[in-house]
Amino acid sequence: MEPVEILSHAGGGAISLAWLMIALPLAGAAILLIGGRATNKWGHLLAVLMSVGAFVVAALAFFQLIGLDPAQRRQSVGLWEFIPGVANIGLLIDPLSISFCLLITFVGSLIHIYSIGYMSHDPDRRRFFAYLNLFVAAMLLLVLADNYVALFIGWEGVGLASYLLIGFWQYKPSAAVAAKKAFVVNRVGDFGLLVAMFLIFAQFGSLQFAEVFPAAGQASQGVSTAIGLLLLLGACGKSAQLPLQSWLLDAMEGPTPVSALIHAATMVTAGVYLVVRSGAAFFPEGSTAALVVTIVGVATLLAGAIIGTAKDDIKKGLAGSTMSQIGYMMLAAGIGPAGYAFAIAHLISHGFFKADLFLGAGSVMHAMNDEVDMRRYGGLRKLLPITFVTFFIGYLAIIGFPLLSGYFTKDGIIESVMHHSAILGWLAVVGAGITGFYMTRMVVMTFFGPKRWDEKAHPHESPAVMTWPLIILSVFSIGLGAYLVLSNRLLLFLAPAVGQPEELPHFAPFAVTGLATLALVAVGAAIAIVKYGRSEVPVVQPRGSFLTVFARRDLYGDALNEALFMRPGQWLTRLAVFFDNRGIDGVVNGLAAGVGGSSGRLRKIQTGYVRSYALSIFVGAAVLAGAWFVVGTL
Amino acid sequence: MITAPTIEYFALAPLLVIFGAAIIGVLVEAFAPRYLRRAIQIPLTLLSLVGAFALVILQTVRGVPTTPAAMGSVAVDGPTLFIWGTILVLSFVSVLLINDEDQFVPSAAAVPGSAEEEKAITEGAAHTEVYPLALFAIGGMLLFPASNDLLIMFVALEVMSLPLYLLCGLARRRRLLSQEASVKYFLLGAFSSAFFLYGTALLYGYAGTVDLAGISQALAVAGGTETLLIVGTALLGVGLFFKIGAAPFQAWKPDVYQGAPTPITALMASGTLVAAFGAVLRVFWVALGNDSWNWAPIMWGVAALTMVVGSILAITQTDIKRMLAYSSIAHAGFLLIGVMAVGDRGQNSLALSGLLFYLVTYGITTVGAFAVVTLVRDPGGEAWHLSRWAGLGKRSPKLAGLFAFFLLAFAGIPLTSGFFGKYAVFSSAVALGQGWLTGLVVLAVVASAAAAFFYVRVIVLMFFSDPSADGPTVVTPSWATSAVVGVSAFATVALGVFPQPVLDLAEKAAKTLFVQ
Repeated sequence: MEPVEILSHAGGGAISLAWLMIALPLAGAAILLIGGRATNKWGHLLAVLMSVGAFVVAALAFFQLIGLDPAQRRQSVGLWEFIPGVANIGLLIDPLSISFCLLITFVGSLIHIYSIGYMSHDPDRRRFFAYLNLFVAAMLLLVLADNYVALFIGWEGVGLASYLLIGFWQYKPSAAVAAKKAFVVNRVGDFGLLVAMFLIFAQFGSLQFAEVFPAAGQASQGVSTAIGLLLLLGACGKSAQLPLQSWLLDAMEGPTPVSALIHAATMVTAGVYLVVRSGAAFFPEGSTAALVVTIVGVATLLAGAIIGTAKDDIKKGLAGSTMSQIGYMMLAAGIGPAGYAFAIAHLISHGFFKADLFLGAGSVMHAMNDEVDMRRYGGLRKLLPITFVTFFIGYLAIIGFPLLSGYFTKDGIIESVMHHSAILGWLAVVGAGITGFYMTRMVVMTFFGPKRWDEKAHPHESPAVMTWPLIILSVFSIGLGAYLVLSNRLLLFLAPAVGQPEELPHFAPFAVTGLATLALVAVGAAIAIVKYGRSEVPVVQPRGSFLTVFARRDLYGDALNEALFMRPGQWLTRLAVFFDNRGIDGVVNGLAAGVGGSSGRLRKIQTGYVRSYALSIFVGAAVLAGAWFVVGTL
Repeated sequence: MITAPTIEYFALAPLLVIFGAAIIGVLVEAFAPRYLRRAIQIPLTLLSLVGAFALVILQTVRGVPTTPAAMGSVAVDGPTLFIWGTILVLSFVSVLLINDEDQFVPSAAAVPGSAEEEKAITEGAAHTEVYPLALFAIGGMLLFPASNDLLIMFVALEVMSLPLYLLCGLARRRRLLSQEASVKYFLLGAFSSAFFLYGTALLYGYAGTVDLAGISQALAVAGGTETLLIVGTALLGVGLFFKIGAAPFQAWKPDVYQGAPTPITALMASGTLVAAFGAVLRVFWVALGNDSWNWAPIMWGVAALTMVVGSILAITQTDIKRMLAYSSIAHAGFLLIGVMAVGDRGQNSLALSGLLFYLVTYGITTVGAFAVVTLVRDPGGEAWHLSRWAGLGKRSPKLAGLFAFFLLAFAGIPLTSGFFGKYAVFSSAVALGQGWLTGLVVLAVVASAAAAFFYVRVIVLMFFSDPSADGPTVVTPSWATSAVVGVSAFATVALGVFPQPVLDLAEKAAKTLFVQ
């Protein structure tokens, strides 16, 4: 089935109020930022309220949408006509966007609530909540936009909010550098998206989804591929895919709720959204662009997993795993309609269990005086029982333990990729095995074994405002995957928006691939238990083998960037500055001086004497009358 | 037997309200005790403006008349009502600025720096005549674009200008400059009025009537090559171009804007400009519409020169008010483009609605900008020299931010009202599809870019220079001034983000075009 046509919404119901989803958190951010210190006392509560409000609107719109006939489930709500017929902004409510809205607002609200506890001692808590609200608003605009312009505004807003949040503790030089790095790397991706938009506009004369998508087939293959690859570049920037992955690991400098919200559950999924949204138009099955998407996906899923194996910083370990899981989603998104539903299913379930894991890690850090080195943890399961249980559920979900969320969604991806290409499929299986290793390593080092922490640390369970979000997230981490995948629930729901494969997949628990995956995960977990559970973990990081260092250094991604882009870039800048000073500035300054000079000369006419003004009027009148004569008698 | 003339009182009611209030204001000056005058004048002036505005709305709602009123001499049609509404709103906000008593001289008759002046200051004297004078000027502004014959138009021109000449000389600070401005404006205004009157006489000689529709009919019959017509049109044009400040008749504008009390400058830069453009449109479209082949090339040259002179001369200005005056000259050039974009009926109403919208956006932003100027003070009055504005962004970021915003609107940056004003006028000119006019639009865009340079220069000065130690102080604005700044800023944003309602209104007003 092909995606259905986008209809314009006739009005009425929660769908026409969809703008409230964006407006509420935006208003929250504005009030908190403009209100300043006066809002310190209740600012965080307002922010939570706005986020929950957005969720309520999203839920209402969702229920209205599923009440409609599937052929009418793509509704575009006109919002603002900037220049009629040229630049409009509207919202697109369809199964795809509403799925994202529910994920963003629900997980976002939980993270808002959690942050009340996590940031309770921070003097700038109000500002933090303002940025969180700003982020939610931008992300919702991104997924709700019915055209590429508004999507781009949301896209940049997300980039801005993430910059502000990563660098939230800007007095730490590392945080400031990380924020800048995220910003710069994202610019590279944005450049791709922007050029893709130029191409789309040049080709189709519009940036509205409703006009571009149906016409996409008419573009020549070269243009279509170029657009696809440029969109992919944009997606790689936001979703931390190779080769633009380097910012994500550093982004862990932000407060932990930020890592959970932005760098796990929502922002990094923007790239997947972009690919799936434009999928039918610019990444059709079997096209070059789609092939590149799968290659990027599989490379990133392996790279992320390998990086995850060597990190001792609990958040960086999780960041590597995020990269890797997003790689799975990209891979699925690259194989066409057969993969879209699994990509989104994994995206949603990952949103929950990764938020659960990150917030759990935050809870551990909260207990350990912000210590992030897992070598200084150990044996925490008795002291932090709730955190342990919820983290453990998240762990089981991510490694794909049977019947938990990740089992259904990740297996679904591997299964459908296997049908598409055996090589990619087996690489994805290997990735799953590595996931089993590094996640088990993390759990063992943190919660099992002897305690290795300082005498000064007094680990304690976090307050209820932090544990309840964990509990809710872990409940979803258990059951959500099965709900979405079994009987193809999500696939059929999404079909009006992204299309569906001719043959519906059916879940086969005892297929070869599934069993192989489980076996590899078990092997990975066993190695981790033997290596870190049975033998002692040194408190100081050992030097490690060549391979460990390779993984620890993020596969030398930064060194590569430096050699390939930064140094040539610096040379290019110097060259450009040279030419700019000598050539362009010369022309511009000359022009400005010319205009200024003529201004100075003309100014002398303005003598201030009324007689010369009168004379100028008289001469002007004479010239005018003369000219009129000439024209009139021609 | 002579039949008594018929007067449509309802159609003329807004005019009558304003003139009536002005006359009452004069009587108040004559009979009310000094301490009561302000308390009476301010509400009287504001209420009459509100009342006239309400009447304009009432007329719009009751249906726009399709024939001229008062024996064909005053045309109250769709465009007139829109222009009236605009002028009344702009006058209202300008009068709120006049309310600031620190702007006007306590005793105009006292020689600057004399003992009498000292005495008047210590006594706390005030010229409350300012209010009735302003009302007379506003009444003239209303009549000017509505006049349907050249004599009425001349009378309106004088009724509008004479009070303004007086008001220009009433500045409390820099009094010599103010008096000089007043005399200059009077002499040059009288000079240009003579041109206007002479042109009227010649056109009467050509057409045998001063009625605009009559001139149009004569043109249809006799054609456009007669000397009387050509010279008459040229001289009439000079009078009108003078009022809008088009080059080469712009010389008075910077001197007068600089010398006049700032609230009066605001009134002139907004209300007078709107009124004068209404009159330009009426003369060139109604009376000379059949002759556009002859006047459009001349106007092309005038518009081009005006834009260039305004944009280039503004660059070297050091006085903030002079800079805004040159900016106003440049804008007059941009507006003239719309006057030339005549074609068939649909094209005309497109061009007219663009012009009307531009006038609204420019007028309201101008008042806002001058209102900010009144707030930045030195010990000797307003801080007029641009260098004094350095670093203002660090001292009072809100005010500097608002002023920067107004400047960006003048430059026509998207998301401000100025963008849509320019867009509406330029796109209507391009829609005509004539190369010569499209070329002028290109020139206008280039001139806008040059103009953006001096607007942005002020912004850079405010935000990226260090404030001097003895820099100007920003006075706490009175409620009226804050209201003016606030309303102007709001309108500038609102018309930049949601222009549609006002665009629709302008389109509706322009649809019927001018009555003949």
